[in-house]
Amino acid sequence: MNYETLIIRYGEIALKGKNKKSFYDTLYDRVKEQLKGLSALTIKKHFDHIEVQLNGLDYRTVADRIKHVFGIQSIRAAIIVDNELTSLQEGSLKVVKDIEAEVKTFKISARRKNKKYPMNSKELNHALGSYVLQNTENITVDVHHPDVNIQVEVLEESTRIYGKVIKGAGGLPVGSAGKVMLMLSGGIDSPVAAYMMMKRGATIEAIHFHSPPYTNDRAKQKVIDLAATLKKFGGRLKLHVVPFTNAQIAIRDSMPDNYRMTIMRRMMLRIAERLAIKYDALAIATGESLGQVASQTLESMNTINEVTNFPVLRPLVSTDKVDIIDIAKKIGTYDISIRPYEDCCTLFLPRAPKTKPKREQANRFEKSLAIEALIEEALAGVETIDIGKEAEAIEDLL
Amino acid sequence: MIYLDNSATTPPYPEVLETYRIVSERFFANPSSIHRLGGKSEDLLNKSRQQAADLLGVKENEVIFTSGGTEGNNFAIKGAALKYRHRGQHLITTRVEHPASRNAFEQLEALGFEVTYLEVDENGRISVDDFKEALREDTLLVSIIHVNNELGTIQPVKEIGKLLKSKPKTLFHVDHVQGLAKVPLNFKESGIDLCTVSGHKIHGPKGTGILYVREGVSLEPLLAGGGQEFAQRSGTENLPAIAGMVKALRITMEKSQKGIAQLESLNAKIREALESHPLVTIHSNAQESAPHILNATVKGIRAEVLIHALEEEEIYISTKSACSSKDTGASEILLACHIPEAVAKQAIRISMSFENTEAEINTFIAAFKKKVGELEKVREA
Repeated sequence: MNYETLIIRYGEIALKGKNKKSFYDTLYDRVKEQLKGLSALTIKKHFDHIEVQLNGLDYRTVADRIKHVFGIQSIRAAIIVDNELTSLQEGSLKVVKDIEAEVKTFKISARRKNKKYPMNSKELNHALGSYVLQNTENITVDVHHPDVNIQVEVLEESTRIYGKVIKGAGGLPVGSAGKVMLMLSGGIDSPVAAYMMMKRGATIEAIHFHSPPYTNDRAKQKVIDLAATLKKFGGRLKLHVVPFTNAQIAIRDSMPDNYRMTIMRRMMLRIAERLAIKYDALAIATGESLGQVASQTLESMNTINEVTNFPVLRPLVSTDKVDIIDIAKKIGTYDISIRPYEDCCTLFLPRAPKTKPKREQANRFEKSLAIEALIEEALAGVETIDIGKEAEAIEDLL
Repeated sequence: MIYLDNSATTPPYPEVLETYRIVSERFFANPSSIHRLGGKSEDLLNKSRQQAADLLGVKENEVIFTSGGTEGNNFAIKGAALKYRHRGQHLITTRVEHPASRNAFEQLEALGFEVTYLEVDENGRISVDDFKEALREDTLLVSIIHVNNELGTIQPVKEIGKLLKSKPKTLFHVDHVQGLAKVPLNFKESGIDLCTVSGHKIHGPKGTGILYVREGVSLEPLLAGGGQEFAQRSGTENLPAIAGMVKALRITMEKSQKGIAQLESLNAKIREALESHPLVTIHSNAQESAPHILNATVKGIRAEVLIHALEEEEIYISTKSACSSKDTGASEILLACHIPEAVAKQAIRISMSFENTEAEINTFIAAFKKKVGELEKVREA
């Protein structure tokens, strides 16, 4: 069925008092970004909702693109008819028929913004509801708990009748909560952590540690693909690829076996903090989940975390692996994450790294490591990839 | 130049040619190559597929890029029949298919399949009742042209799709080459399993098309090879043409709503002018035809003579389908509609696109009347 317009309503933003305007502006930008390229659409910003006039495009195409945008509570497809009562009746019936298979009960809620309209809302509800009832078979009215509430909005020149409801992604619009540096390994967890942070409005920049020639271009491509997948939740995304080979070799050659992992992680966190400062991020986020592997015990977190006083956010810290996998599948990162290319996290590591490292020990060992020189070297070689830009160049071709 | 042969092919949009050129230059690598350049090509291919899927209202894995309408029809019909022949040997189609379908069915008949050809009425339309009667338990495929390429007749595809929803073992293929963007068709809602479209009918590059293959259906490949296109259609992807076609698809779909309204008004204009002409018979039914195609005969004036006469004014129309217009016999489509052979032989086709303007149509009508007047005198003399 052909709907004419989509009405986007936001959720939690409405609670934000004085900041509401900036939240709403941010949401509007995110919606526009996702609809870029569909030039037939007309996007309008109203006081309490965003309207996307479809001008002939299928509502599903448009809804599929924006249903991932955080900050949206619901998307509702509507038809537009003239203000004749018969048009309202036929329109209401058309909309109910479209969703008839999914619902058993309905109600009509008419509202007149055009107060000169000859019938009042109550009369309209009755006239439309009874017309729909007479012309359908398996659906009844329930005014208290209907499966679907068909809203009918009578405006000056025309009437909107709301049908199909698409649930929004909830959360807050990306860009409304400041920037976070996310450590993106290529595994299953870190893209999910990125998604969780984005859901609360954070802008993400990703850091990936790359150790050529031990890790290959395909491992890097995997991370680029992950970042590109995350893009649909929050628009353009920067990926900083940090050359980490020399740091890893230095750790392998001069650090005790069982502390290599701990010290490698401390090096990564130090570099992440520098990048956070450089790019104005206020926190660092990781995909760590308590107890999942040796580096994610509380002892490890305590020892690794010592090197920075930036907040290290761990949105998955108490999430089980199976649940993380479920989210990864849902957001489309799982299939990319399980590509078999080795990342640098497992390079040169002993089979049994220390699960209960201590701060004092780590500090003592690190005295013989050229920490600052290695950090400087890594930072000098950072390659920053603008994930949105490559995709946009392709979009422009199409 | 006034180009009114858009059902034969359309001029490519300049933006499409630009994309074709850039992609040929900068995305020449094989999308299957694992190096970075190959990856870039693969990205573009994936994005093209995603955009095409969005515009057609289907899923990405349901879009198979082909070389056009002929391949799409052949692949859908023969690929389905060969893959699912264990379900039955019976196929249903119509008397008014494009040769790409008709001849594919003849090949299948030679292989032992049984084909029911649905007859059409004088407007070129099949009846849903005939279809119901023809449908059997062992019918494995139904293939119907949505918009006929010569007459513009719209077949009751939606009704047939509805009937077939209760027959999950019978596949439904629609040849949507002429209908795309001009006669909207929702593949999913219409219960379609396979649908053929072509790029060059919507201002895309020649040699491009899409076959929609519903998720869960797989075909016997016609082209064996490296397993491209979900192992359904092998051959290195023609990326410049694919990207060009997808761009053309976007531009056309965006113009669709306004474009259809415009075509309807231009169609009415031509119809009005031709109907009032004593020598002209219009074959395309006003209610049941697509807005961009008008088929007519001018009594006593040979089609090719009229076409060449209009050519002098730089106006281009055609005889029946370009795919068969070089042979001199009457159109089989028109004969199927019980139009007398002598009349059918002299049929002309005017076919528009969203790009035709009212001014062009006014010029065409004036030129048409003038040329017919001149030719009529010659005939009488």
